[in-house]
Amino acid sequence: MTEKLLEIRDLKQYFPISSGFFRTKPLKAVDGISLSIYQGETLGLVGESGCGKTTVGRTLLYLYPPTSGQILFHGRLLDSKKALEHYRRRTAMVFQDPYSSLNPRMTVSDLIAEPLDIHHLYSSRKQRQEKVLGLMDKVGLNPEHASRYAHQFSGGQRQRIGIARALATEPEFIVCDEPVSALDVSIQAQVVNMFRRLQEEMGLTYLFIAHDLLVVRHICDRIAVMYLGKLVELADADELYHHPLHPYSKCLISAVLLPDPVAARSSDRIILSGDIPSPLDAPPGCPFCTRCPYATEICTVKMPELLEVSTGHFAACHHVDKAN
Amino acid sequence: MALLEVTDLHTSFFTSAGEVKAVDGVSFALERGQTLGIVGESGSGKSVTAYSLLNILDQSGKIVSGSVKLDGQELVGAGESVMKTIRGDRISIIFQDPMTSLNPTYTIGRQLTEGITLHTRRNRKESYERAVEMLKLVGVNEPVKRMQQYPHQLSGGMRQRVMIAMALSCEPDILIADEPTTALDVTIQAQILELMKKLQKEMGMAIMMITHDLGVVARMCDRVLVMYAGTVCEQGTVEDIFYHPKHAYTRGLLRSVPTLENNCMLKPIAGTPINLLNLPQGCPFAPRCDEAMIICTKRRCPPTSAGAGHTTSCWLHTKELLEKDEAYDGKTP
Repeated sequence: MTEKLLEIRDLKQYFPISSGFFRTKPLKAVDGISLSIYQGETLGLVGESGCGKTTVGRTLLYLYPPTSGQILFHGRLLDSKKALEHYRRRTAMVFQDPYSSLNPRMTVSDLIAEPLDIHHLYSSRKQRQEKVLGLMDKVGLNPEHASRYAHQFSGGQRQRIGIARALATEPEFIVCDEPVSALDVSIQAQVVNMFRRLQEEMGLTYLFIAHDLLVVRHICDRIAVMYLGKLVELADADELYHHPLHPYSKCLISAVLLPDPVAARSSDRIILSGDIPSPLDAPPGCPFCTRCPYATEICTVKMPELLEVSTGHFAACHHVDKAN
Repeated sequence: MALLEVTDLHTSFFTSAGEVKAVDGVSFALERGQTLGIVGESGSGKSVTAYSLLNILDQSGKIVSGSVKLDGQELVGAGESVMKTIRGDRISIIFQDPMTSLNPTYTIGRQLTEGITLHTRRNRKESYERAVEMLKLVGVNEPVKRMQQYPHQLSGGMRQRVMIAMALSCEPDILIADEPTTALDVTIQAQILELMKKLQKEMGMAIMMITHDLGVVARMCDRVLVMYAGTVCEQGTVEDIFYHPKHAYTRGLLRSVPTLENNCMLKPIAGTPINLLNLPQGCPFAPRCDEAMIICTKRRCPPTSAGAGHTTSCWLHTKELLEKDEAYDGKTP
């Protein structure tokens, strides 16, 4: 087995929400997640909007300090300022929206060089420019366009700028937060291919957050499924697609519409009733019990633990046997 | 006669940078009870085609030429008073974003009853009852309570249901759904699509489904229109388009979507979508097409038949046809 690059232990992220005069209530965006990310792999994180997947990505990079829990990078805790600084240089993030995540008043070369400026990673102006041009070349942008502004580029090209920025500090680990969902299908494929090529060239590890299950299945080695701040299933990508164990994963996968009329019209689809509950008043037991077809009394009171059902396949459900 | 017939529709936006030909010669027909999918990238003119049918374009937009016939009645150039009897009553539309297309300052009830009182002879009480009935039909729980609520009190899926209830409350002949599920999660998307299918069966309306999600098209549609840069590159039945695509763009689009089986690199379409201000002389897709021939950069291919009800505007297909023809002398047409 390859080395663990990152280990997360019981990560929690609560946001205080005002619920009256001087009173706050915790919004449990991420509620006790533990998982490991291995060197060189792509871990997919899927779930509905509001389930906390973006918060996991951001908390993981210390964009918000976690409410509680531990993050270990190369087996070391991030307990000192120096360790954190090193961690931040070795990790990066690609954001979802290439329209709002780039400063419209900066040129492309300044945008890409910003991480270099912050971490003092060059010794001369010339070296800075060389690095920028090298990065632009790497992500397939024309280096002649270095002095242009973000608005002069199309969506796909902007996302390439975002990726060049993320690669600037030569990170080992990149959190990709819905990096292709704002792009057109044909452009999406270009960017997905680029992620794979960069991973091979630079030995990168990705946490790939997305809601498009076909793209996730295509790019990821392992997939984690989240529901309402909790991890409900974790398995190899193929395993999860062919043998999902948790009722929620089953439903997610059956909702995937293949671009093939015969497959898309087959009727073995699980249609859930109801909406995802608000994370402010999540049920005390299993978060999925309000929509689950197999829910019994125990589900409403006790949160099931994430157990290894078969090798490398974890699921958190009281009724794994019944559901299968 | 088809329910809706669109012939050579041209819609342009007149901007300070010049004329943008958003819809550039689109023709299609829609039968009763049929579902037509319109697919294409952003900026390919899918939504503008739909807005042109209802004449709800921005101020800078104008239908330049062409004809839209609903049951034989010409809609292009029809007055505002005529269009008011069409919109909502005969043709309704569900917009893409359920978050922004409801008025945040009115209750759900008020927004729902507005259309009903305008288009039918119901009084306020009857309209209210009809609205509650519609909410029940689209699967909104506690409809009476929801009538008093404001859009922000509902979730995205609920709001989209309200939009559908609103669009269907006057039993239109045609429902235009402009990316109805793009803003929603997959499990909610499945619910909404099932609901639309069920209601279509019950009410017998035709649906125009505008989307860029090929999976949604494969699930929902009978016929498909593939658009690129304001033109229709290919149209046919859903089987024609998915199993026997003839246009280079359609093939590229299908290749660039990941499927469950292959795990190799995707084959994307090279380049970036075209700038509508600066259209090439020949086929608009030629600059991105890796099979482009000389003629593709010179002249646009007219729609050519590729089987019953299947037409494509691709010189590659024309070439294929010519090569089959024994009288062909080997020269380009």
